Amino acid sequence: MKRLLRYHETYVFMVIVVFSLIITLINPRFLTLENLFDLLKSYSYLGIFAVGVLFVLISGGIDISFTAVATVAAYVMTVTVIEYGGNIFTAFLIVSGIGIVLGVINAVIIYFFNIPTIITTIATLNIYYGILTVWSGGKWIYALPTWFREFACIRVFTLTNAEGIEYGLSIITVIWLLIIAVAWVILRYTALGRGIYAMGGSPASARRAGFNVFRLQMFVYSFMGLMAGIAGLVQVLLVQTMAPNSMVGKELDVIASVVLGGASLAGGAGTMLGTLLGVALIAIMSNGLTLMRVPSFWYNVFIGLIILTSVSASAYRRKMRERQAIAVEVE
Amino acid sequence: MIRKYSESIILGLVMLAVLLLMWILTGRDFVQIGNFQSMAFQLPELGILSLAMMVTMLTGGINLSIIASADLSGIITAMILTSYIDPEATGVGSGGVIVLAICAGLLTSVVIGLVNGFLIAKLDVSPILATLGTMILVNGLTIVLTKGYVISGFPNPVRFIGNGLVLGVPMPMIIFILSALLMALLLNRTSLGLNIYMMGSNPTACFFSGVHNAGVLLKTYLVSGLYSGIAAIIMISRFNSAKAEYGESYLLMTVLASVLGGTSAAGGFGTVSGLVIALVILQMVSSGLNLLRVSSFMTIAIWGMILILVMVVNYLIGKYQEKRWQS
Repeated sequence: MKRLLRYHETYVFMVIVVFSLIITLINPRFLTLENLFDLLKSYSYLGIFAVGVLFVLISGGIDISFTAVATVAAYVMTVTVIEYGGNIFTAFLIVSGIGIVLGVINAVIIYFFNIPTIITTIATLNIYYGILTVWSGGKWIYALPTWFREFACIRVFTLTNAEGIEYGLSIITVIWLLIIAVAWVILRYTALGRGIYAMGGSPASARRAGFNVFRLQMFVYSFMGLMAGIAGLVQVLLVQTMAPNSMVGKELDVIASVVLGGASLAGGAGTMLGTLLGVALIAIMSNGLTLMRVPSFWYNVFIGLIILTSVSASAYRRKMRERQAIAVEVE
Repeated sequence: MIRKYSESIILGLVMLAVLLLMWILTGRDFVQIGNFQSMAFQLPELGILSLAMMVTMLTGGINLSIIASADLSGIITAMILTSYIDPEATGVGSGGVIVLAICAGLLTSVVIGLVNGFLIAKLDVSPILATLGTMILVNGLTIVLTKGYVISGFPNPVRFIGNGLVLGVPMPMIIFILSALLMALLLNRTSLGLNIYMMGSNPTACFFSGVHNAGVLLKTYLVSGLYSGIAAIIMISRFNSAKAEYGESYLLMTVLASVLGGTSAAGGFGTVSGLVIALVILQMVSSGLNLLRVSSFMTIAIWGMILILVMVVNYLIGKYQEKRWQS
């Protein structure tokens, strides 16, 4: 028990449990499999972004441009499959390719010219998004191919609720879960993952320990690009519309949910489990507010309060721990 | 002296180049008085917000909540104005209410600044997280207060702040120049300014040279809040309305302008003069491209490219100087 209390994840989990209890007491529909599957589906695109952001934060950087990357990848993919046809695999290939290329551009600028990551990605966000909007004219695309529609409706298994409406685990959720599994293995069990943590802790030490920092950085930002591309595709699958302005502007929300999960902006810290809990907290909050019939304009106030309380609490705990550590040294 | 301002000199040259380029591209249109006047109306909002951003970046922090707090201040001011004054009335008695409304708006921003300062200075929350939290919270408050509606219809004196001319110079420009001068004075002539630069360069060294770091941070975020309040007054009076999520696209632009003006994201370096030149460059690019009928989104993309270009040039110059110094 005492060991558990040392982890940030434990606190996030406890908050989630408390919230879930309150929401369920007010509206029992919250704690149904149907609502759970629904949440897992509609938050999968945020969750996929979060995986990429986690890697970037661990490596000691920050990426603001991922929403623009997602928009570009999804838009090009939509136009291409409508024009030339294709199937879900070509769609995946296109978004992955574009995502990785745009991510590599970020990495090259960051590494070769030594420009702070936040500045580089603010600039590339504007460049990618600006050029896309000019090229596309900001037009929304509704007429998606039938196979695209059908893929989004696939369920791994189907259940029926009391009113006879079918629900189940969506294929989109499965994509997200697969990504989480792969990311978890990379971070936890590969030299690559250890390298990313090392680089985030201290780039100079990582270099001396024999890691190729350039290659690590390349990997992190192209992985972020890949995640952004897939998240863009998933978003189009979810809403069945390609709206060029639907994602840009959400980047700070995603970063906030990853940080809620315990990733540090200074680099070197953060876990897959924490990120998952952070996303879950945001998802449950907004879903719960809806189920409790709180008017939707209160939503941001609550999210803001949660973020402020959480970051203050963990900063305060860190401060206390440091103070204790100093006291021990003196003794 | 020249070293400190060498970046400003490079920027000045870039500014002249942009001016010439726009002159050539647009023919005579660009150098008309009318064009300069409209530029002078557009620049101050982003300018004052950038000052609010820059002062926090000098300490090595960042303030993501400036736009949100400007929105909230604007809404508070607008609510007081519209509930006590009929926009058509021209009575003298309304003067007191206007002053009260503006003060309430500024006070709102100062309070938000204090909250940021408290979180960052006393609780050691990282600036990006603390201000991200207040940004979302304050943003939520603006939506709750307005329920998404626009508040509009202010009395004439208020509209004058945003649209009036004094001897041919737009009123917002005058406010911007005064704010910039005040900021320059604060940074260069007061002990707080010196401490801000020192803390940005090296907080530990600063602390051991007897500076109360927490106090400096608190004051910095307070000033930052105050400036976003000033921007709010200009913003609502120019458009004669206030609403939630006004000018959200400005947020990243203020970082861009500060960095373009030579402010280091790591803190410790940056001048008001550099920032002002950077703002003029950005404004000239966007006005010029607008005259050329280039899409405003293309302008945003070009701003991004300019930012990377300037950073690359700075990097290369730094490298070159380092090499010369070694040999």
